[in-house]
Amino acid sequence: MDLSIAALLAQDGITNGAIYALLALALVLVFTVTRIVWIPAGEFVAWGTLTLAGLQTGVAPGTLKVLVGMAVIAGLMEAWGCIRRGQAGRLPRRLAAWTGVPMVVAALVWWLAPMQLPLPVQVLLTLVTMTTLGPLLYRVAYQPLAEASVLVLLIVSVALHFTLVGLGLWFFGAEGSRTPAFSSTSFTLGGVNISVQSLLVVASSLALIGALALFFGRTLYGKALRATAVNRAGARLVGISPDFAGALTFALAALLCGFSGVLIGPITTVYYDSGFLVGLKGFVGAIIGGLSSYPIAAAGALLVGLIESFSSFWASAFKEVIVFTLIIPVLLWRSLTTTHHEEDE
Amino acid sequence: MKWLGSRAAFAVFVAVLAVVPQVAPAFWVTLGNYIGLYSIVALGLVLLTGVAGQTSFGQAAFVGLGAYTTAYLTTKYGTSPWLALVIGMVITAAVALFLGFITLRMKGHYLPLATIAWGISLFYVFGNLEMLGGHTGMSGIPALSFAGFELKSENRYYYLIWTITLASLWATNNLLDSRPGRAIRALKGRLEMAEAFGVDAARLKIVVFVYAALLACISGWLYAHLQRFVNPTPFFITQGIEYLFMAVVGGAGSVWGAVLGATVITLLKQVLQDVLPWMFGRSGNFELIVFGILMILLLQFARDGLWPWIERILPRRTPPPVPPAEPLPARERATRAGPLLEVRKARKQFGGLVAVNDLSFEIRPGEILGLIGPNGAGKSTTFSLISGAAALTSGDIRFRGESIGGEPPYEIARRGIGRTFQHVKLIPQMTVLDNVALGAYLRGGSGIVRAALALDGAEETRIKAEAARAIARVGLTEHTFDAAGSLPLGKQRIVEIARALAADPMLLLLDEPAAGLRFLEKQELAALLRSLKSDGMTVLLVEHDMDFVMGLTDRLVVMDFGEKLAEGQPADIQRNAAVLEAYLGSVV
Repeated sequence: MDLSIAALLAQDGITNGAIYALLALALVLVFTVTRIVWIPAGEFVAWGTLTLAGLQTGVAPGTLKVLVGMAVIAGLMEAWGCIRRGQAGRLPRRLAAWTGVPMVVAALVWWLAPMQLPLPVQVLLTLVTMTTLGPLLYRVAYQPLAEASVLVLLIVSVALHFTLVGLGLWFFGAEGSRTPAFSSTSFTLGGVNISVQSLLVVASSLALIGALALFFGRTLYGKALRATAVNRAGARLVGISPDFAGALTFALAALLCGFSGVLIGPITTVYYDSGFLVGLKGFVGAIIGGLSSYPIAAAGALLVGLIESFSSFWASAFKEVIVFTLIIPVLLWRSLTTTHHEEDE
Repeated sequence: MKWLGSRAAFAVFVAVLAVVPQVAPAFWVTLGNYIGLYSIVALGLVLLTGVAGQTSFGQAAFVGLGAYTTAYLTTKYGTSPWLALVIGMVITAAVALFLGFITLRMKGHYLPLATIAWGISLFYVFGNLEMLGGHTGMSGIPALSFAGFELKSENRYYYLIWTITLASLWATNNLLDSRPGRAIRALKGRLEMAEAFGVDAARLKIVVFVYAALLACISGWLYAHLQRFVNPTPFFITQGIEYLFMAVVGGAGSVWGAVLGATVITLLKQVLQDVLPWMFGRSGNFELIVFGILMILLLQFARDGLWPWIERILPRRTPPPVPPAEPLPARERATRAGPLLEVRKARKQFGGLVAVNDLSFEIRPGEILGLIGPNGAGKSTTFSLISGAAALTSGDIRFRGESIGGEPPYEIARRGIGRTFQHVKLIPQMTVLDNVALGAYLRGGSGIVRAALALDGAEETRIKAEAARAIARVGLTEHTFDAAGSLPLGKQRIVEIARALAADPMLLLLDEPAAGLRFLEKQELAALLRSLKSDGMTVLLVEHDMDFVMGLTDRLVVMDFGEKLAEGQPADIQRNAAVLEAYLGSVV
């Protein structure tokens, strides 16, 4: 390997790592606020790519059908909940939020899809669709079990992953898709060829991470989520609804994952079931951060990207083996430095 | 325990199993074979997930390890399949030990995540190693032969599979109703309690994980010699997840849930694969969607799976009375001069906060000592220091002249200090008898293997008899076979005392035993403690309730702000100005 290959691999690794970092952050966010190990994050990545690919060809993406279906189910669940608790007065507002808004989003995207608008608008439509889908998923699958153990929530996650993969095959078909790069130009810096696309990926990841930092540091909602992550019962006592915190978390996480999907689309062909492995690579990063530290999780994800890139050069057949075996030394280290276990029921 | 719910139902089940290959078409025999293979794997998950509260998505990889080991050894080296089974089990145990060691000391979600990663990695290793045939796999695996009898036909193989399945069910059921089994059942949410009675929880979790992995390995070995061909696909993480679904659908709390879950999922999959494409008019992975949705609905509405519903319609056997048996060896109680327990300048700091500030007091043999004080005085922290639940910052605690400061809870339990918990920590679905028997954990020695093979009978009878004696001692004999969680709080507290007594302690530590009790319950508790004292038991009572303490204790130690405020007879303490001020505020 000479220096130029190394530089190329490093560039690839950092680009992929930046995408995994977004995922890792989403996973840490979801886990700290809701205690959900969010295995289906990967499906949101794949659906992000496939939604954008659908818009590219001027077809209303299958995601919209899922959106509408989930909105109907969420509406029914809200209606049932309100009636059972005798709070029928609250129903219109709830229905507007849980069914109305997603329907409007779906209708809008449906209407705009055939117009083949410029790429940035399509990206925006993709992100809006994915962000709307996140809270719906939480409402329908997780919220009824919000107080269950981490283990039960984890099994729900896995079941949801199955469902979403099945739906993905149904709505997107078995063919893979790629989305166009934002830019195909490149330039040379110090003898190393650098593609503008890579720079854009890294820059937009950083921008999104910065925006998140601002959200958590400066806004009331961001602080509410942080409070919930630190102490759920305490946050509830000061008036932060756990349901709201969960929904908001899933909106943010879906945005992050959907955006990863948009970024990964030009790099690799994405199939309906590609999300799983991508999501798990985000998990490896998140586990390096102990599912609790954002900066370490992001750094871990970057490391995953680099290791993946270099191992694809040396032992491409064992690329996945090497990446997933990476968590063994990480867990070993965490295990040896953790002095006692906690009671988790 | 409810060994089969009912023996008759079990006999019918076995009879139906035995007849299937004789009367049913080949298709049903094939299904039966797969249900048996899957049941063995799901059984491991019942133990791991339903009973011990851990989980694994990587069981398919252990199945693969068993299958590939025998495939490789028998085709490349002509090794005997039976030897290959042993080698496969050794390899599986080594991998499971390692994975368990690095994950099970941490919170519960690391094991499942690690098993996902391990499951995926192994799949790619199988698929990319030329010597294992890559993605095309390996064929030409020999048929099993047993005492010169070749098991080539599916019908014959069926009997082997179900013999092993029933044997695994038998062993696992034995295990659950045993000394290690009771400890395993405490792993789910009752770690602190289990450790206080001498259970090495971290080690036991690893053992359970290895046990589940070995069952998976055996299933894989059977699979390889049934198919006579292996490729990586059936060992991918997707199948690992399906195994977990089987355990959850069937009911992860009972060994029969594994068979039920394996049957339901296998049949459902058959039906869905036929019906769904026809319904939707094109091919797709529709069964995935339906599985996922069913799973979520099940977890939302019936988290215990389907088995409890079947169990309800099965006739229940009334448990026979506990047979009397020779008592377990009792502790040597040579009297020695001096206090039983000495707390010497014990100190506990949490960062800048001094919760217990150089506290010293002693407990004399045969007395009931009360440790009282206002809220936040440091009573509970002191209790934790003595019981080993919290580590001393400085100072020492000596029991019968030996230092126990800094010893782990199980070591302190071993030396003869029994305890109860402020928030009752019983295993609610387990009988009072089994809960109390857990207290005698350190007085037995049977391990997993003896228990699984039912070789622990003599010791088990003695443990049960000991537990029954402790239950009789506290006056709860009528509740011996009731689920502990069904009793009112007052009685649950008494069960906790019986459990502590089953450990044959010399000193009993009671953490706010009267909290939340009604007047009559308090009186019964006080009477019990007095009668224990008259038998020579020494008691340390951390309490809140002054009335309860005043009439019962021989001496009192009063704490305030982490320090000892006063010490003496209850009557003197009642007149002590400093104590009155601490409790009622200044009277100036």
